[in-house]
Amino acid sequence: MKHRITLTVNGELQDIMVESHQSLLDILRNEVGLTGTKKGCNSGDCGACTVLLNGKAVNSCLVLAAELGGSEILTIEGLLRGRDLHPIQKAFIAHGAIQCGFCSPGMIMAAKALLDLFPIPTEEQAKRAISGNLCRCTGYTKIIEAIMDAHKFGKS
Amino acid sequence: MGCFEYLEPSSISEALQLLEIYGTKAKLLSGGTDLLVQIRHNDFRPHYLIDLKRIDEMRGRIIDSPLEGMKLSSLTAIFEIETSTEIGIKFPILAEAAGTIGSPQIRNRATLGGNLCRAAPSGDMIPPLLVLDAQVVIQGWSGERCIPLSDFFIGPGKTILRHNEILREIVIPPPPSNGAGIFLKYGLRQTMDLAIAGCAIFLVLDYGNKFPFCQDARIALASVGPTPLRAASAEKALIGKKMSPAVISEVAQWAIQDSCPISDIYGSAWYKRKLVAVLVQQALGQLIKKGYEK
Repeated sequence: MKHRITLTVNGELQDIMVESHQSLLDILRNEVGLTGTKKGCNSGDCGACTVLLNGKAVNSCLVLAAELGGSEILTIEGLLRGRDLHPIQKAFIAHGAIQCGFCSPGMIMAAKALLDLFPIPTEEQAKRAISGNLCRCTGYTKIIEAIMDAHKFGKS
Repeated sequence: MGCFEYLEPSSISEALQLLEIYGTKAKLLSGGTDLLVQIRHNDFRPHYLIDLKRIDEMRGRIIDSPLEGMKLSSLTAIFEIETSTEIGIKFPILAEAAGTIGSPQIRNRATLGGNLCRAAPSGDMIPPLLVLDAQVVIQGWSGERCIPLSDFFIGPGKTILRHNEILREIVIPPPPSNGAGIFLKYGLRQTMDLAIAGCAIFLVLDYGNKFPFCQDARIALASVGPTPLRAASAEKALIGKKMSPAVISEVAQWAIQDSCPISDIYGSAWYKRKLVAVLVQQALGQLIKKGYEK
């Protein structure tokens, strides 16, 4: 059975038909065409699929598309300001917090959720914010430093 | 993932109607952080998912009254419990436990009702609610029933809920005024992990003497039995005693007797029994210390 849902993704209204079993992750990548959000484990363990749903960080693999009517989604693509990178993205680059890049969209969205509440977080807060995001490359240190430093690169 | 139909009733009676129609072919959906994973792993193959999140009266509501205690609607998100000022003041043990669940992403979606109905032996919200003597309100077609949480679980992943019933509300009676609680969760990782052993303790202590005197004790253990359990003999060994190191050590041994862990990938039964004693002693020690600091 198909459901018609209307939702806002990165400020743009999307009016789409979805299957009952499709996740938010599926429709972002396939229906809406935004592949910045990654499918890692598809079970809520790795955080690579993190997006903001009505301002809150969620694993998009565990949200059914059919329940999203009226929702606001922010993905990594939505952080771009015209052609300018978001301060968090600039901080990640400046600190060398990106290696293969697969975890980065999820990490940055998890960081955004934190920085929206606490623009200058402590190390503990930064660690807790990304406690649901796995990285196989960096060892996390530079990611945490980037998050604590992001406020120097502009307003979140 | 197996295909199911998604249904979104807007009232409890509509949800109950759907449960009557579809019976065991349907499963109730709240946060989905456990259920969707179970479906993807083929633990369940429901034909229908009945989403409760559009039902206003089930959504996050925390109502506190001095006489009746605190009522939490079943779909209160774990994140709401973690950050609620009221819960932080009145039942800090619940906020503590909520903060140990999963990750921020999981806590933003997972619900209290979901944690209870998942009925995992390791369920983090369960031991704190057990030591607070919580009750659950179950809504069925013919009316509601209210039972102690301690009667809710009947086995790993199994509750007394009939297929056409909905867990609607969790009720916590007013706590004793001079009580204090603690929740300790032991796992390999600090987050995103199940408890290998969990321990919640709620004590009412009298600090008049050299050692505090225990007026009331409630001890609950997770992951060391088919369901989370109250350690009845450990409680009996503690109530009415002065909390000397010898008594604490004895209580820990009784807690081991109350537990019945199995050997699995998380550890051997032998190891988990050792953990029970360690956690109980640590929890008691920390509670005594907190009391003196007050």
